[in-house]
Amino acid sequence: MLEIKNLVVQIEDKRILNGLNLTVNKGEVAAIMGPNGSGKSTLSYVIAGKEDYEVLDGEILLDGQNLLEMEPDQRAAAGVFLAFQYPLEIPGVASMTFLKAAMNAQRKARGEDELTTPDFIKRVNAAAAQLEINKDMLKRALNVGFSGGEKKRMEILQMALLQPSFCILDETDSGLDIDALRIVSEGVNALRSPDRSFLVITHYQRLLNHIVPDTVHVMHAGRIVKTGGKELALELEANGYADYRESEAA
Amino acid sequence: MPAVQETIDQVRSIDVDQYKYGFETEVEMEKAPKGLSEDVIRFISAKKGEPEWMLQWRLDAYKRWLTMKEPSWARVSYDKIDYNDIYYYAAPKKNPAPKSLDEVDPEILKTYEKLGIPLREQEILAGIEPERRVAVDAVFDSVSVATTFKEELAKAGVIFMPISEAIREYPDLVKQYLGSVVPVTDNFFATLNSAVFTDGSFVYIPPGVRCPMELSTYFRINEKNTGQFERTLIIADKGSYVSYLEGCTAPKRDENQLHAAVVELIALDDAEIKYSTVQNWYPGDAEGRGGIYNFVTKRGDCRGRNSVITWTQVETGSAITWKYPSCILRGDNSRGEFYSIAVSNGMQQVDSGTKMIHLGKNTTSRIISKGIAAGKSENTYRGLVSAHRKATGARNFTNCDSLLIGNQCGAHTVPYIESKNATAVFEHEATTSKISEDQMFYCQQRGLSEEEATALIVNGFVKDVLQQLPMEFAVEAQKLISISLEGSVG
Repeated sequence: MLEIKNLVVQIEDKRILNGLNLTVNKGEVAAIMGPNGSGKSTLSYVIAGKEDYEVLDGEILLDGQNLLEMEPDQRAAAGVFLAFQYPLEIPGVASMTFLKAAMNAQRKARGEDELTTPDFIKRVNAAAAQLEINKDMLKRALNVGFSGGEKKRMEILQMALLQPSFCILDETDSGLDIDALRIVSEGVNALRSPDRSFLVITHYQRLLNHIVPDTVHVMHAGRIVKTGGKELALELEANGYADYRESEAA
Repeated sequence: MPAVQETIDQVRSIDVDQYKYGFETEVEMEKAPKGLSEDVIRFISAKKGEPEWMLQWRLDAYKRWLTMKEPSWARVSYDKIDYNDIYYYAAPKKNPAPKSLDEVDPEILKTYEKLGIPLREQEILAGIEPERRVAVDAVFDSVSVATTFKEELAKAGVIFMPISEAIREYPDLVKQYLGSVVPVTDNFFATLNSAVFTDGSFVYIPPGVRCPMELSTYFRINEKNTGQFERTLIIADKGSYVSYLEGCTAPKRDENQLHAAVVELIALDDAEIKYSTVQNWYPGDAEGRGGIYNFVTKRGDCRGRNSVITWTQVETGSAITWKYPSCILRGDNSRGEFYSIAVSNGMQQVDSGTKMIHLGKNTTSRIISKGIAAGKSENTYRGLVSAHRKATGARNFTNCDSLLIGNQCGAHTVPYIESKNATAVFEHEATTSKISEDQMFYCQQRGLSEEEATALIVNGFVKDVLQQLPMEFAVEAQKLISISLEGSVG
């Protein structure tokens, strides 16, 4: 379970999050929607531990552990996974190499044995097949020269292999054509389980037709301003964010 | 893949003290009187039991050297070297010329054991597949203390021995080739080396022979205030092939020590020489105290048609590196290659690169250079590609990438291109990049620590060059690079 209490965050003296409260229960899929600049991506980065963000107040607890006191790699080992909106390229490092390094780093941090090579390959092959990732892609340098769809599929592959307990999808639908959106969504849905929660950040209702959320939160000016069921997303799709902007002006 | 994991383990296991070869060996040494003079040169020559012509060669070089000036064009700065405050010869007192390993001082054997250099053939043979064998020539300060697999190599007709021995046993070969690639008068440091060189390796591969194993020389500077002036001469006769590896380390000392080597390679018709170096001299401490001054002249002559010379270097050590392994592409259709990884951290200064001199027709060359600068170091690539007017159809491809870690280091690229033949095609690509915070964050988000993330990104950056190294060396080099960059992040 993820609990965020009164989170206040600024970057270079600019306040982005203003006392944000949010709870995502175990097994829940929560969507966050909101206009540009409402602080959605900042929220995902602060949960994952990116530098540059100054946390002025509040706390983030994952299953009772205080994430704000942990380094990004410790948070990852504790179960936080962020699927990036713009996955980074690592030239010269084969995707396979990267996957193995990441999996073993997390296992080591949790005091588990490293994977044997056959075991590793078996896991990768099984997960890759479902995401329609072929061997050639796994041999190529991570994300280098990948299409938008390939990059997002690679993110979900990493999610599948790392088995996190809390997954953040940061605008995973951006830059995806219909086929890629289907593959990625199916990949995510396959990972839904009573032990795993998701925070799905998106602008559009489209993604939520594929990954159906349990809860929808509307974010505006660094706060959650409305919470509802999946029908809230449809409402937003029809009416836009104008209501929330006006309420701020008022 | 396992190599990456090993690198990461290696990085993890290191504490503050990064240079693990900095220990000293207690052996009683015999030295020449301090300083440089005709008498010292006569002393060295006599110690080596050299013929008169060799002594004369040295004395001529010395006379020439007295008239020369130390070069100042490189992008390095250091206190003036007092050439009379150096010992030019230091050899273990007990037995400077052991006939077999049993005669080698056990302390010295222990030293190589500690360095992980196998000198006992039976130990090497045990448990290792035949094709993985490496013959080693171990040079300790000024003398070669052991050369392995000599007999087996001799069966194939390969000569692999200390150069001081070769001067006595194969004077004709030495006379014919010594100084034929790097002339006595070539440059200040090469001329100094010609006057005072003490030991190094000599290799001759007869026509049509593929050398049955990798050859390697391991250089160790141990004695205080002593310079190492090694001389290596490799001749690949027609249609032959040899792969040669060179490694080096030195104890940690507060004073700087001079290493001025000369390496000459000669490839005749259809011959191929692969020369790989992993240079790990003591780089000095974090404040820039101590460390080796590495002023080295390495040059290969593709003398015959269709000959090939490949230089691969991984440079991680030395306070100052001044080194330009080059190829003279004399034979028609000959090929020269230079693959380099130069890592600098702390206060290290590197000025390194290559020269590809195209003289023959349809000669090709390829330069792949990867510079990684961290800490407060300065890392310069300096290269020359030239085509003589008769070098019709000459081709070069140069790719020169720099990676910066942190914001207090510098990377510089100084390429010279000279073409006197209109048909020559020279291509040059260069990039400079930094490990971005976003890349680091991405890796850390996946569970990699800062060190692991840096190691992974750097390994990716140097991959093209590491692939050129023999397998075992590549793994070593990968570890070494990570160790050298330890403490450079954050």
